[in-house]
Amino acid sequence: MAGHAKTDRPNQLFRNLNSKIASIPMILTAVVIFLGGTLWTVVYSFTNSKLLPRLNFVGLDQYERLWAAPRWIVSIENLAIYGFFSLIFSLVIGFLLAALMDQKIRFENTFRTIFLYPFALSFIVTGLVWQWILNPEFGVQSVVRSLGWTSFTFDPLYTPSIVIYGILIAALWQGTGLVMCLMLAGLRGIDEDIWKASRVDGIPAWRTYGQIIIPMMRPVFITTLVIIASGIVKVYDLVVAQTSGGPGIASEVPAKYVYDYMFQAQNLGQGFAASTMMLITVAIIIVPWAYLEFGGGRKRV
Amino acid sequence: MSDIAINKPVVAMSGPKGRKPKPLLSPRNIMIYGTLFVAAAYYLLPLYVMVVTSLKGMPEIRLGNIFSPPVEITFEPWVKAWATACTGLNCDGLSRGFWNSVRITIPSVIVSIAIASVNGYALANWRFKGSELFFSILVVGAFIPYQVMIYPIVIVLREMGIYGTLTGLILVHSIFGMPILTLLFRNYFASLPEELFKAARIDGAGFWAIYFRIMLPMSLPIFVVAMILQVTGIWNDFLFGVVFTRPEYYPMTVQLNNIVNSVQGVKEYNVNMAATILTGAVPLIVYFVSGRLFVRGIAAGAVKG
Amino acid sequence: MNSSVSIKDLSLNFGAVSVLEHLDLEIRDGEFLVLLGSSGCGKSTLLNCIAGLLDISDGQIFIKGKNVTWEEPKDRGIGMVFQSYALYPQMTVEKNLSFGLKVAKVPQAEIDKRVARAAEILQIQALLKRKPSELSGGQRQRVAIGRALVRDVDVFLFDEPLSNLDAKLRSELRVEIKRLHQSLKNTMIYVTHDQIEALTLADRIAVMKSGVIQQLADPMTIYNFPENRFVAGFIGSPSMNFFSGEIVDREGHKFVRVNGVDFGLDAYPARSPIEAGRKVTLGVRPEHVKVDESLPGGEFHDAVVDIEEPMGADNLLWLKLAGQTMSVRIAGSRRYTPGTPVKLSFDMSMASVFDAATENRL
Repeated sequence: MAGHAKTDRPNQLFRNLNSKIASIPMILTAVVIFLGGTLWTVVYSFTNSKLLPRLNFVGLDQYERLWAAPRWIVSIENLAIYGFFSLIFSLVIGFLLAALMDQKIRFENTFRTIFLYPFALSFIVTGLVWQWILNPEFGVQSVVRSLGWTSFTFDPLYTPSIVIYGILIAALWQGTGLVMCLMLAGLRGIDEDIWKASRVDGIPAWRTYGQIIIPMMRPVFITTLVIIASGIVKVYDLVVAQTSGGPGIASEVPAKYVYDYMFQAQNLGQGFAASTMMLITVAIIIVPWAYLEFGGGRKRV
Repeated sequence: MSDIAINKPVVAMSGPKGRKPKPLLSPRNIMIYGTLFVAAAYYLLPLYVMVVTSLKGMPEIRLGNIFSPPVEITFEPWVKAWATACTGLNCDGLSRGFWNSVRITIPSVIVSIAIASVNGYALANWRFKGSELFFSILVVGAFIPYQVMIYPIVIVLREMGIYGTLTGLILVHSIFGMPILTLLFRNYFASLPEELFKAARIDGAGFWAIYFRIMLPMSLPIFVVAMILQVTGIWNDFLFGVVFTRPEYYPMTVQLNNIVNSVQGVKEYNVNMAATILTGAVPLIVYFVSGRLFVRGIAAGAVKG
Repeated sequence: MNSSVSIKDLSLNFGAVSVLEHLDLEIRDGEFLVLLGSSGCGKSTLLNCIAGLLDISDGQIFIKGKNVTWEEPKDRGIGMVFQSYALYPQMTVEKNLSFGLKVAKVPQAEIDKRVARAAEILQIQALLKRKPSELSGGQRQRVAIGRALVRDVDVFLFDEPLSNLDAKLRSELRVEIKRLHQSLKNTMIYVTHDQIEALTLADRIAVMKSGVIQQLADPMTIYNFPENRFVAGFIGSPSMNFFSGEIVDREGHKFVRVNGVDFGLDAYPARSPIEAGRKVTLGVRPEHVKVDESLPGGEFHDAVVDIEEPMGADNLLWLKLAGQTMSVRIAGSRRYTPGTPVKLSFDMSMASVFDAATENRL
């Protein structure tokens, strides 16, 4: 039993060194860009930076100006309307399509391909196509009129009061396929025996959906909700392509406000304040979800 | 008593088959297929409109309606969209944007996947103190609106001297692709049996040997999923292209928007639609070719929003 | 005898959770040691610590006299076989066997020699060109053992290697592992939750619970003289009968009194005199009770047959005694109808008496 000398724990810094080196890009991204960048923007939102960022603190000035700006108010209203309806319609349409697809139908793959292909397209393409379809001179409105209904009016893109719904139509076209897919995956994840049990018990299909299946799919709904919601806050390209914010400022959204103030109006402080507001909006959505999802169980070993 | 219970289902099965052969045109089926066909028509309509518009001449567009098929098919709008359409002073069509997008997409996809797969592997198999914390920050960061982070990135890139260049944009795509890709790879590697990793360590393989010789050969599907995700995502990007590149490097989406929404000149809707199809073609081809893998990719990548 | 693997004061905790605590274990050269316990007892964790797959929090590990506490797994002179076989799916059997040697840059001729030898020992020569997906479970596990074999190491670690196999294959491979140990005479450390595997294979068994070794001894000692109530209950199927009682003294003779029934302790090999009044648990294995047969010096207890479970060779009787249910194993040819009154006599020399509070053997 010779040589039973004790050895001490080697320096922990150099243990597993390759893994640490390989993680440097992730660490830099997480700490410098995501954490650092966010903090930087929040800090500079309290300054009066114009063309260049300057640490000249002016308190809540930028925020007061922001909430006094009609364009920002319109942006927020638009986001609220667009957000509310796109949540409701995405979930309802997505779930209905998924439920229909789940009836052991034929050509399931064909239908899935059709419903989902818009999601492969960019918001720019989506916006431009719908700009064309909704074109009052040549699009849906003129086609219906040429059929004889001459007083038919459907011109959302040039009517300030309803322009946001024109964007909503395009967004739903692009995104509901994804919701359908997530819902379908959720439906497929439900134990076949649940359906058998409810059939044996003689429960009609719609009640099985309402009282058994949908409650069981709660996690899927929540995940989908978070995905849609965080997408809504970011909506930008679609508006740029479809209406450029017009007519006037009728279809402005917060993300566009940020971009325009940062890179065109050369009023960085406003841009930072507006983007901080976006951050807060996302936090309001994400924090309760993250708490529900990860906070409840605490650490599971 | 027990005999009867056993016999019952047998009787039912050998007897006249109750409602088993469902008629194809039952009210239920009509409702299901009816709804699905109407929905399918709604989803297909814009694609159809794009194609027919792009094949018509301008006079025909002014006279007819957007849904009618072209009377006289012309490919001129396509040629014009590709080669001579104007953005500002440049009149060399979308081709420039196309090649820019190719030059952006290919390296971005390779770099982002290379970084994220190694990251995911380190997180799944070689955890160290703090690795989970950094990963959590990364995932939470995926939900932060890009608008919050773009200006600091502009400054960082400017300091590095690569603001406005393709290199800068490639870096930006790699950064913003990282959360979702790392998550994707981490979960995939974590789902591989841990004992395989242990066996390789007993066999004396280190960090890189295990990655290249054990993990990589087992993970081709997830790499394909990641590629699909990144190719479509980066090709479709607009915001980063606008913010981080100079006009001569604008990707296809930005150029398309500039062509279609330019205020000068007469609107040529057929050229616009041809340009739109051309821009959407790459992700559409990826979508139609990859099929189910695309669905897997977006289900994983949906977090990107 | 030389020590092959020696673990000194080993502790492991994940954050605040302590998994292994101040564990000491000496494994002799050429010994087959089984770590036995239910899931979560720390037996696989301990094996992973020995293999170097887990960094320990405190303590030292020696293999062949060399301190390997902070060595890489590959430098510890060990081979390991896993429950899920852990074969590299994209490599053929041959490549699976030679991968470790290639990484270690062993010359090709030597690799070929070792692979051929391992294949011969395990009779898998015909499978060398196949992929793992083309093998049956039993064949895969042979290849996995082969991978440990080619490493030409002193210590083999087995992490529940037979748990994924069906019952028939399991007993076949069990015999084969035993044969392998007899011919190679390597040190083997074998983790399992299956007591049959433990009893049949082991030179010594370490029974573990909550990260602590409860008893370390040869299989027969573990079976017949369990150190505490946990070991007694864990080993043996059907499990040992337990009766809670109290020690009483009748004219100089000690008895365990259970609900008014007295079990004499004259034949019991107590470690030290047990004082009257102590609360104890009496444990008797089903095969150490005779039904309607007397034992030398044994007394009779009245019981009633409750249920009979004929198993072919044996017949298991469930009886009511002193208000409790107990099982007795008798020859398969002897049958009883439920309700029959019987007379039991206990072989107290093979019984176990545990302190009711500490649960340790008295």
